[in-house]
Amino acid sequence: MTDHRLQNSVRQRHSLHPEDIVTLVIDGQQLTADPNDTLLTIAQAHNIHIPTLCFLEGISAYGGCRVCLVEVEGYGKLVPACLTHPAEGIIVRTQSPRVIEYRKKIVELLLSERNHICSVCVTNGHCELQQLASTLGITHIRYPGLFPSLAIDASNTRFIHDPNRCVLCSRCVRVCAEIEGAHTWDIIHRGIKSRVSADLNQPWKEAVTCTGCGKCVQACPTGALSEQGKAVGEMLKKRYTESTT
Amino acid sequence: MTINTLQIATIWLDGCSGCHMSLLDMDEHLEKIAHLFDMVYSPLVDSTSLPASVDLILIEGAVSSEKDLEHLMNARKSAACLVALGDCAVTGNVPSMRNSFSLSDVLATSYQKDVSANPQIPTGFVPALLEHVTPLHAHVQVDHFLPGCPPPASAIFALLSHLLQGKQPDVSKLSRFGS
Amino acid sequence: MSLTLEELNDIAEKELSRQQQFSRQIRVCCAASCLSCQDADLTQQLQQTARQQAMGETEIKPVGCLGLCKEGPLVSVHPEGTLYSHVQINTSKAILLSESSLPRPSAIDPGQSLFFTRQNPIVLRNSGSINPERIEEYIAVGGYKALYQAIRNMHPGEILSQIQQSGLRGRGGAGYPTGLKWSAVAKTKSTQKYVICNADEGDPGAFMDRSVLESDPHSVLEGMAIAGYAVGAQAGYIYVRAEYPLAVQRLRTAIRQAEKFGLLGNNIFNSSFHFSLTIRLGAGAFVCGEETAIIASIEGLPGKPRPRPPYPATSGIKGCPTLINNVETFANISPILTRGSAWFAGIGTDKSKGTKVFALAGRVKRTGLIEVPMGTTLREIIFDIGGGISDNGTFKAAQTGGPSGGCIPKQHLDIPMDYESLASIGSIMGSGGLIVLDQSSCMVDVAKFFMEFCTSESCGKCVPCRVGTMQMYTILDKITRGQAQLSDLEQLEDLCDLVRSTSLCGLGQTAPNPVLSTLRFFRDEYISHIQDQHCPAGVCSLLTGK
Repeated sequence: MTDHRLQNSVRQRHSLHPEDIVTLVIDGQQLTADPNDTLLTIAQAHNIHIPTLCFLEGISAYGGCRVCLVEVEGYGKLVPACLTHPAEGIIVRTQSPRVIEYRKKIVELLLSERNHICSVCVTNGHCELQQLASTLGITHIRYPGLFPSLAIDASNTRFIHDPNRCVLCSRCVRVCAEIEGAHTWDIIHRGIKSRVSADLNQPWKEAVTCTGCGKCVQACPTGALSEQGKAVGEMLKKRYTESTT
Repeated sequence: MTINTLQIATIWLDGCSGCHMSLLDMDEHLEKIAHLFDMVYSPLVDSTSLPASVDLILIEGAVSSEKDLEHLMNARKSAACLVALGDCAVTGNVPSMRNSFSLSDVLATSYQKDVSANPQIPTGFVPALLEHVTPLHAHVQVDHFLPGCPPPASAIFALLSHLLQGKQPDVSKLSRFGS
Repeated sequence: MSLTLEELNDIAEKELSRQQQFSRQIRVCCAASCLSCQDADLTQQLQQTARQQAMGETEIKPVGCLGLCKEGPLVSVHPEGTLYSHVQINTSKAILLSESSLPRPSAIDPGQSLFFTRQNPIVLRNSGSINPERIEEYIAVGGYKALYQAIRNMHPGEILSQIQQSGLRGRGGAGYPTGLKWSAVAKTKSTQKYVICNADEGDPGAFMDRSVLESDPHSVLEGMAIAGYAVGAQAGYIYVRAEYPLAVQRLRTAIRQAEKFGLLGNNIFNSSFHFSLTIRLGAGAFVCGEETAIIASIEGLPGKPRPRPPYPATSGIKGCPTLINNVETFANISPILTRGSAWFAGIGTDKSKGTKVFALAGRVKRTGLIEVPMGTTLREIIFDIGGGISDNGTFKAAQTGGPSGGCIPKQHLDIPMDYESLASIGSIMGSGGLIVLDQSSCMVDVAKFFMEFCTSESCGKCVPCRVGTMQMYTILDKITRGQAQLSDLEQLEDLCDLVRSTSLCGLGQTAPNPVLSTLRFFRDEYISHIQDQHCPAGVCSLLTGK
């Protein structure tokens, strides 16, 4: 998250009419905020770190990864910070033992789902999933690996799609549809069989809607989408800001 | 040997030996803790059998063959404390990449397909492979996990020195999956 | 065209006098269950015989579900009310003719059968008595009068308060107060609002909505039109599974007829109220029963849920306020307006008003479609209405609420079937699926069945549901193969908590329920699989030992 941009927007919003401002507490900090902001952006603006995975600034929020779940006092359910707007007076806890434990388990589920072999991955060392696991203190995966058999699509001359590394965060889908306007990617099948696929399940090379802009590759948090010709650890994603640690 | 010396063993299952290399990469730091332990069994020392009771066992590598499993079971029996050392032991890592395929396909591809001279799948002399490669904790209780491919020498040093001093190690900030 | 009340009454009178020409009426069940076991078109066959015998005083007509599905094909004869079961072509003639030489189907006297006498049909009021493909018959029994009353004589606010006072709660499963839901949509300022009828019935073993749509589609259309008027919507969608071709066909016919009579469309009953209905076919995804997924699917997007809030009441189809109710909920509306909220509130229990339709299935003697007052005990449903366990079996559990529900064991047989009581023992009312299990069912296997269902029906959007259900299924599979350890059980319970607490929508949040409920009441069966590699019910045959 870009601090200067956020602070600008926060400053602008502070010039809002006082009635349009809510007060809330996040992790003990008394804050005022624009009710149109989300808990995630409010927390980030105040240097409160909530881990995320499917969230990417600039595209719509998705709410699928469940990593940014937080506790709000009085709410029956945990809520995704990326999609929840503040109500007046709410008390939010982003680091309660319960949510930390859930986040760990969710990331472990992700690590068990596909074939995430960090040591031979092009994004080793620059991967948001790897970083997330490390930040959450995950030292092993309590769930057995599912080891699906998934073919790599290297048909595109410039990029590679390796579903073995995919976390189905749909950032590629959203950045392609919302920013590039191509909507080449979407998720086919459902449940555990879900897979990111180009056009009507075509090899990437044959996806006529693809403009070759490469935004999906840069938006992808892992090594699922990468540039051709990268060796282990060589694929750094170009972002407006550096890694979101 | 002093009274406080702990008996340590290391075991090498299905791995590349990189974790053992990283252990040796502690270099001069090893000297700081060397007096605290006695290496009783390891690919790095001469002894040929694992003693019935050992204070600490570090295991590198995943469980891929019947022999690996037998080693692991023995290790668990004799170890007071068992450490999964490195990604192969912790997650299965590279050896587990064959899990997406059936064992028979893997063997056929390795030993028969496109082999011109006497293609055959070995049956004796080498341990039979298990259908799937698994991390240690799929079979036994693991006391500590040190991920990394390999875990950096500094993390191994931190882990060892904590354990040797009877402290709970927290190495989650010193190492992670991958390198 | 726009109907006046006189014209509506005219249609009813004409239809009634048409019916009075006949001294005898033979009703042939033409709901999907009976149709599927007829050896030929029974209605046609009977009509042909009647023609040949010049029996002009006998009317032979197709009707909706006669209820006792197990005994189909069913035919009932009026005025005497005799119900013939397992009617086939060779036995059908005997129903018409009195010759004793003909082979006769077995007959049931509904007046003497607890299956019928214990029921209280409101939703199923016309089921099995009117021809679902003739709007005149619906009108003849008072149909669309409530709509007239609503549009011409009531303010939307009055309808809302009637529905609220009736205590009607959503029949889709969660039991949210219908009046509150309607008021929330009515309160919004938008000029564009929608009404959706959720007919995406997907629970294994459930067929209530299908039967209602096949038997009395106009009752749903009328309920929707009243809802449209009350909340200020001018358009509605019926989201129905494509796997229900007969229901779809009858809905299409019903909508066409209602449009022709001006009961749907512009200026209904010469008022300023317009209401149009469109059918949307679901492609058979269970998750499309979730209200945000249904909206996505209607919009043409993949049927995946999104987090709420915002709730559909404020932001539904195309961002407009949208009211979503289940088939059965809508079918309750017209009787409530006609007979009054006090009458409705007098039926059922303190917090669960009215009746509930159940699809009674499984190891029970009389399976079928039933409607009982809320609060009827499980024992009454299974042993009085259902006639007890089939093949002299012993009752083991009743599964309610499908993949989101739970199993009710023997010690809770006397539980009143209402929202709160069921929730208190870890099950749910659900949409009305009720599967009876006897001693031949393994509860671990039952849990595994439902988990497999949830795994394959998970949309895959959120991680806990997508991967967590798969991991739970893997553990359950391991248990049924006798290869699990007690630590696996611990992990299973841990996953239940994770998936329930962190999933995005109701599918994931309730997916652990069958596991939790069987663990609660049948833990010993799990333990037996794990510790002794033994399946007490003898279902899991793959137990090989470790």
